[in-house]
Amino acid sequence: MAQIIQHAAGHVAAVDVDVVTLDIIENALRNARYEMDEVLFRTALSPGIREQHDEFPLIGDPEGKMVAGQFGLSVPALLGRYDGTIEEGDVLLTSDPYACDAAISHANDWLVVMPIYHGGRVVGWASMFGHMSDVGGKTPSSMPADARTIFEEGVVIPPFKLYRKGELNAEALKIILNQVRMPEWNRADLNGIVAACRTAGRRVQELCDRFGVETYLSALNALLDRNYRAMKTLLTTIFADGETISFTDYICDDGVGYGPYELKLSLTRAGDKVVLDFTGSSPQARGPVNYYINENLVRMFFGIYMITVADPQILWNDGYYPLIDVIIPDESYWKPKYPAALNARNHGIGRVFDLFGGLLGQKNPDLLNAAGFSSSPHFMYSGNYTSPDRKGEWFQLYSIGFGGIPGRPIGDGPDGHSLWPSFVNIPCEYLESYYPMRIERWETVADTGGAGLHRGGNGVDVAYRFLEPGTIAIHDDRWLTYPWGVNGGEPGARGRKWLERADGTVEVLPSKIHDVPVRPGDLLHFVTWGGGGWGDPLARDPGLVALEVRRGLVSADGARRYGVVLTEAGEADAAATARLRAELSAARPAALPLFNMGPPLPEILRRCLDETGLPAPRAPVAS
Amino acid sequence: MTYRLGVDVGGTFTDVLLIDERTGLTYRAKTPSTTEDQSVGVLRGIEKVCGEAGIALADITQVLHGTTVATNAILEGKGARVGLVTTRGFRQVLQIARSFVPGGLAGWIIWPKPEPLAALEDTVEATERIGADGSVVIPLDAADIRAKLRALRQADVEALTISLINSYANAAHERQIAAIAAEELPGVPVSVSSTVLPEMREYERTITAVANSYVHPQVSRYIASLAAKLEDGGVRAGLYILRSDGGLASAANAADSPVALLLSGPAGGVAGAAWAAEQVGYRDFLTFDMGGTSTDVALVQDLQPRIGRQTTVGDLKVRATSVDVRTVGAGGGSIAHVPPLTRALRVGPQSAGAVPGPAAYRTGGTEPTVTDANVLLGYLPAELAGGEITLDAQAARDAVKAVADAMELDSAEAAAAGIVDIVNENMLGALRLVSVQQGFDPRDFALVAFGGAGPLHANALGKLTGAWPVIIPPSPGVLCAYGDATTMVRDEAARTYIRRFDALSDAELLGLLHELAEAAAATVEAQGVPRKEQSVSYHVDLRYHGQGFEITVPAAESDFAGAADGAGSGAGLAALAAAFDAEHSRLFSFLLEGNEHELVSARATVSGPRPSVAAVRLPDGGTDPGQARTRVTRIWVGGGHVDAGVYDRTALLAGNVVAGPAVITEMDSTTLVLPGHAATVHPSGSLLIRPVEG
Repeated sequence: MAQIIQHAAGHVAAVDVDVVTLDIIENALRNARYEMDEVLFRTALSPGIREQHDEFPLIGDPEGKMVAGQFGLSVPALLGRYDGTIEEGDVLLTSDPYACDAAISHANDWLVVMPIYHGGRVVGWASMFGHMSDVGGKTPSSMPADARTIFEEGVVIPPFKLYRKGELNAEALKIILNQVRMPEWNRADLNGIVAACRTAGRRVQELCDRFGVETYLSALNALLDRNYRAMKTLLTTIFADGETISFTDYICDDGVGYGPYELKLSLTRAGDKVVLDFTGSSPQARGPVNYYINENLVRMFFGIYMITVADPQILWNDGYYPLIDVIIPDESYWKPKYPAALNARNHGIGRVFDLFGGLLGQKNPDLLNAAGFSSSPHFMYSGNYTSPDRKGEWFQLYSIGFGGIPGRPIGDGPDGHSLWPSFVNIPCEYLESYYPMRIERWETVADTGGAGLHRGGNGVDVAYRFLEPGTIAIHDDRWLTYPWGVNGGEPGARGRKWLERADGTVEVLPSKIHDVPVRPGDLLHFVTWGGGGWGDPLARDPGLVALEVRRGLVSADGARRYGVVLTEAGEADAAATARLRAELSAARPAALPLFNMGPPLPEILRRCLDETGLPAPRAPVAS
Repeated sequence: MTYRLGVDVGGTFTDVLLIDERTGLTYRAKTPSTTEDQSVGVLRGIEKVCGEAGIALADITQVLHGTTVATNAILEGKGARVGLVTTRGFRQVLQIARSFVPGGLAGWIIWPKPEPLAALEDTVEATERIGADGSVVIPLDAADIRAKLRALRQADVEALTISLINSYANAAHERQIAAIAAEELPGVPVSVSSTVLPEMREYERTITAVANSYVHPQVSRYIASLAAKLEDGGVRAGLYILRSDGGLASAANAADSPVALLLSGPAGGVAGAAWAAEQVGYRDFLTFDMGGTSTDVALVQDLQPRIGRQTTVGDLKVRATSVDVRTVGAGGGSIAHVPPLTRALRVGPQSAGAVPGPAAYRTGGTEPTVTDANVLLGYLPAELAGGEITLDAQAARDAVKAVADAMELDSAEAAAAGIVDIVNENMLGALRLVSVQQGFDPRDFALVAFGGAGPLHANALGKLTGAWPVIIPPSPGVLCAYGDATTMVRDEAARTYIRRFDALSDAELLGLLHELAEAAAATVEAQGVPRKEQSVSYHVDLRYHGQGFEITVPAAESDFAGAADGAGSGAGLAALAAAFDAEHSRLFSFLLEGNEHELVSARATVSGPRPSVAAVRLPDGGTDPGQARTRVTRIWVGGGHVDAGVYDRTALLAGNVVAGPAVITEMDSTTLVLPGHAATVHPSGSLLIRPVEG
């Protein structure tokens, strides 16, 4: 338990805060949180943060509860496990998920936590974590697909004082940076994260100066309370007391041949509270796909789903957390036992979107989207230049791919977009200018979005031509199970990767792999998956289907899934369309399924090799 | 006699300002805007103002114009049907964009994705490829693209954009296609991405060039129509258009790159503020332009507005140089509401706009707006815009009462004060974006407030920012037209030129800067400004090698002494590196020592001379403003009613000191002076509000 040193005497009195002041402080905290992003984006060096924005800020109250942020990691958990004093000017750094109850969930994420002092007392916490492109270990980008333990995943930093009373612990930093392949990236990114936290600290201090500490702290409590009250109302309106609802989705494989892993989530309302229970999920994985999740993150995901639609203007905070109990079984996919490998947990985090959507959508039609682009697939390429002008120079790329947003209650899912906030793709021209590669195609693939009244977004085919020898690594999923459709919508297409070697041979690549050698002239197709469809495809406007065929987003064949037949000129043929729709209608059950997950799992596994070119994984077993 | 004429077309009114260059005397006219064809209202305004001044239209020497035609085409989605040519494999560059979804976690659930500005069915692929180093990887298949352009002609595209991968490094294929397009699509304007924006990042370059195409036909038509009407009306003067970066361009030049006009309106306001602030001796200030639906703010240092490389209009972000204006959806028409779930008081972003308007306008609006709150508090007199709008205080009270009830407040006044406080806070957020968040302390700046509602909220914003004095220029409602009339012809040339400093020499950079200056100087000369009257300034965008954002620093030719003859010592690059470090340290409070500096792009800006417009001098009237005092009114401040003097601004004299609480009225605006503050009348006509000592 951290011992927090404060020089201010006495207790800060609680005062009444008028609603206007409250809204002003709420607004100022929101601005400060976005300012943290800005500072980091502008100073980071790694493409993962500077171009793709893989980072998460937070401003906490004196106890570490999130009052502004988007991803409520757990400052209290970190402090609870930190054995030492905390003083003004201290800045803590860690990358060890096991040392902070999974406030971060793999060793690539570096978490900085800093107390904010005002007049000798702690008035809050600033915190931010960002994904480091490389933290050492046995493979570039530090995400070995076959890791069995965290020791294979690079440097694991226990919580320590990166700054002690404002003074940098340069030697410790030197030891850490000595472990990684691109130390200048880590150094700049870390500097940016610390600068962002300090910016938040200054903003909070200014608010204390302007309104007084009593008013500021009382306002935080009122903001937390505002979330609490809003959530309490929502819970009782939406869920029946005592009723349990459940939903199950999958992670296709674990990188070492086992899968699919079942992810089960149940919700039961009991009085004012709800219980979120992960019991029934698969045991922990042998490979690195485990998603060690913090209970507060579960609460946060749940809350965001609940309120985004109900009141998008509210400022997110932890205030409603006491209304939600979370049960996570030990040694499960969600709470693996130390020292289980964790690096490839990005699919698990993403799949939480689908899991909550499928769960909560059953009670709230506004939230019932199809399955979306619920991951952040990674592509890595590294090596040493051989061209005479740069001979021997090391290059290393870590990048995130995008795919189909699902069909939604409000309309079609965007093609080739991000389900994560603030993420953006790395431009082709940037990649070609800084890496020895040429991108020969970057477009969405027709028909990969699930058919529906609202079409699922298409997946993307990015074709990378390599110009230097090196190795590549891939972390992807949804190659086996389908991105499901809802309300009669069909599933989207699954993802695929293959190499066309310079000599003409073709190799299908598994979804999680590292250290694949590539030669100049080899071409990688990285095809991501589409979003599921929403609603009855036969009800979609035939004119729109025809237009999308002209746009290349749906093929003429694919139009038949909507029961639409085109004329020679590419317009919808009304008579033929009516005939086809009647035929298709007659051949299907009268009531369309709420969820369409594709064929039953045993059938998917049986057809696996034929359909995907890859052997089916073996059933997971408890280790 | 020489007269300059500034014209600003707003959503509701067209403002025309005639300046006698010799005396500085001004004549103003306000006429309703004609949305169908804005040039009709413009000519009407010009005729009106010349009538008042008693001069002939032929006496006008220059017509300077800020226009919102381009902006409105974007906001209303009424631009041209644009055909787009991309490299094979990249047809969906606008469809995929940057894969970005706005909002927080789960924001994707509620995001309506806007349609691309150039439709996919009107996008064709060229078989060709340029490498990142500018080499030709695949030569252009000319026959193939010719056939595809013919198909686009059949589809009746009204404008064409050509944007190929890596064209910033080698534009040859884009130029070849442009030549073919001139044959196959005669009369269709073509935007070539390497000309519009010769910079890396294919999506940004493409969307900027497509936006240029999208507004091109409308802007050309408008400028041609205006020029014709001016000529028919007897105006013999040259027509110049204000660009987003605050420089003037000849009509022909402006029509050619309309994407540079998207912020023409706000840029005029900033230019006008600079003119007014200079008269009162302040060179560093924040601008605060509050209108009916939104507020624009900017930061000006040494009379030079900060220039940004991005222009945002609605959902659209393009890479076009513009005055770094930040906009918040907070204005007089912003609607206050109390969501039942949280019972918080929210103001905006919904706006009652001009229709249905605030409740007090009695034009159909019933929801409480910021204007209603101001009426209820007594800050706004009963008549607005020279008597054209009469305010209904009871309607304002009824509307605000609903908010008071939802918040369980005991008086409508308390709710109104809350609404004003919240909207002030939203605008403070914008002012902080351009000041504190860029490393500037607002207390080192003055605050120039204008726009219809700016002077009403200016004193409060001065208190929140600590930016004193608060300057209310003369005619704050037509300041944009002032800005239009007092700026100069300007052009810039820029090029992306990515080089680490160790692979760059002083001589090489200086050569590039001179080349760019020559290009811009030729353009300015073609617009009638001889070389000897031109001045040039240089800027470079730098970063640490590997960073994703650049910092712009000025480059002084004198630092490069000796470079021209090849004897450059590297002193020029060293000076740039030092300037970059200072700026990085100021912005982010750290440096990356040991990381190399990198040039990203270089820019030369060539300007004509600043027009000499004499300033008005008010006669001296001593400190007592008694002659301007018209009556006493009751206003609500600090939780209760107080008496406030009401003053007629036109009757104020130089040196008068109006002590708060006071309300100063004029034709198109109202200034509120809070208790504990006083407004001093400057001889140039501006009001300077400051806290009263002690």
